[in-house]
Amino acid sequence: MKNSITVKPAPAPRIRLLPALAPPAALLAALVITWQVAVTAGGVQPAILPSPQRIFQQGWEARTAIWENTLPTLHETFLGFAVSLTVAWTLAILIDFSPGLRRALVPLLVASQAIPLIAIAPLMVIWFGFGMLPKVIVIALVTFFPVAVGLIDGFNRTDRDAINLLRSMGANRWKQFVYVRLPSALPSFFTALRIGIAYAVTGAIFAEYVGAERGLGIYMAMMKNSFRTDLVLAAVAVTAFVSVCLFLLTYVAERAIIPWHSKERRSRHG
Amino acid sequence: MVEATPPKIELRGICKSFPLGHGQVRSVLDDVAFSAQPGEFVAVIGPSGCGKSTMFNIMAGLETASSGEVLVDGDVVTGQHEHFAYMPQKDLLFPWRSILENTSLGLEVAGETKKIARARAASLFAAFGLSGFEDAHPFELSGGMRQRAALLRTVVQGRDVLLLDEPFGALDSLTRTEMQSWLQGVWSQNAWTAVLITHDIREAIYLADRVVVLSARPASVRLNLTIDLPRPRALSMTTSAEFAGYERTLLTTLHEETRSSKAP
Repeated sequence: MKNSITVKPAPAPRIRLLPALAPPAALLAALVITWQVAVTAGGVQPAILPSPQRIFQQGWEARTAIWENTLPTLHETFLGFAVSLTVAWTLAILIDFSPGLRRALVPLLVASQAIPLIAIAPLMVIWFGFGMLPKVIVIALVTFFPVAVGLIDGFNRTDRDAINLLRSMGANRWKQFVYVRLPSALPSFFTALRIGIAYAVTGAIFAEYVGAERGLGIYMAMMKNSFRTDLVLAAVAVTAFVSVCLFLLTYVAERAIIPWHSKERRSRHG
Repeated sequence: MVEATPPKIELRGICKSFPLGHGQVRSVLDDVAFSAQPGEFVAVIGPSGCGKSTMFNIMAGLETASSGEVLVDGDVVTGQHEHFAYMPQKDLLFPWRSILENTSLGLEVAGETKKIARARAASLFAAFGLSGFEDAHPFELSGGMRQRAALLRTVVQGRDVLLLDEPFGALDSLTRTEMQSWLQGVWSQNAWTAVLITHDIREAIYLADRVVVLSARPASVRLNLTIDLPRPRALSMTTSAEFAGYERTLLTTLHEETRSSKAP
């Protein structure tokens, strides 16, 4: 019977972008049209609720200002998220190797999420000023938790039998980690990464809103104070767009780093 | 009396009990003892939950025995893992590694360079019917091929004794029969000493030189039956009168055990 079994080649991994994007795009278009019609027909004041057309028009005219405020926000987001990832990976690995540390640290991690950001963010401005640092801290605070928990959980969910197999091969704790626990945890890391990145941009906006020199958050605050509702909403649209782009970027990273994951999942679901 | 050659592997008085709390203990293994000569294939069967896997874990050094000794070539090796290559019921091929990388894992863990580990594993691919699948990933393989890859990963480690824990338990019956016939073939060409845990009496008789029947929990050896069928064994032997005789003996012993395990 040797070599008598033929095997179907695995389906080629392909990002089916169009079918995934069409339904939300259609829904969004329908909402925007309804909004446009309602505002025009109802004669609503632009300062109260501007029409989508006006938001786009005014936003386009203010594009230089919006762009100049988007860059620092992006910069903070990446820096804050980098700090967050570093802290989350370090903590998760330390916790994975030390049960004592796990018992000591995990409750504190959970408690750290009970800190009301709305109260802390203004204090950050008092402590660290209007520069980059308070933003980076706020972003790291709001994003490291989901990433750390995703990693800790991922390491922990490694198949016990796989660990036993490695032990029977003579693998010490470090080799078990490198050969099994780490790769096993990567799929749940990428899930956690998506949650984290969704929080990261809003975290940056929030930190800027309470005090900054530049950035989309402070731009929104200033436009609100001068009753430019249209420009506030234009900045909101840019924020949403940036968030979605970063979110999609995690899928690109996932496919590059753990290509086996999506292939395996697809083969299992036929 | 001095034995000329000690058995390849020997279990002496292996006992294992777990504390249940409130000063009570659950005894799982009670004085389990058997041995295998070099190149001998021993199958272990017993009622479900009788502690066969615990026995394997003790042999593989994954769990410690409450008392008793494991010997390899006459030396006490209790708690040492390096004499045994362990093949669990699940194939446990890792999706992030190619088949070649999966099969060479044990050697890599043991400190071989990747190059040497992979070359040694690759040299066995033809014998295991896996030629051409070196770079494939586990999800591209059929159940039987995955199991052969898992066995290759076990064998290539070059350990003294193979511990096979229900390797074909999860396969459909047709694939299982093919795998048994194939394993019988490769085993005949190699001098592996193997201990196989199985639920399948026919599999035990077909593959093994000796079948050890464990009692219900706490497990001890109830029967040590030598299977005197010529090798290589053809599938047609499984319908012979001798085969049926062994089957009847084992079935009777097992049924007695299952009945007594249900009694309070």
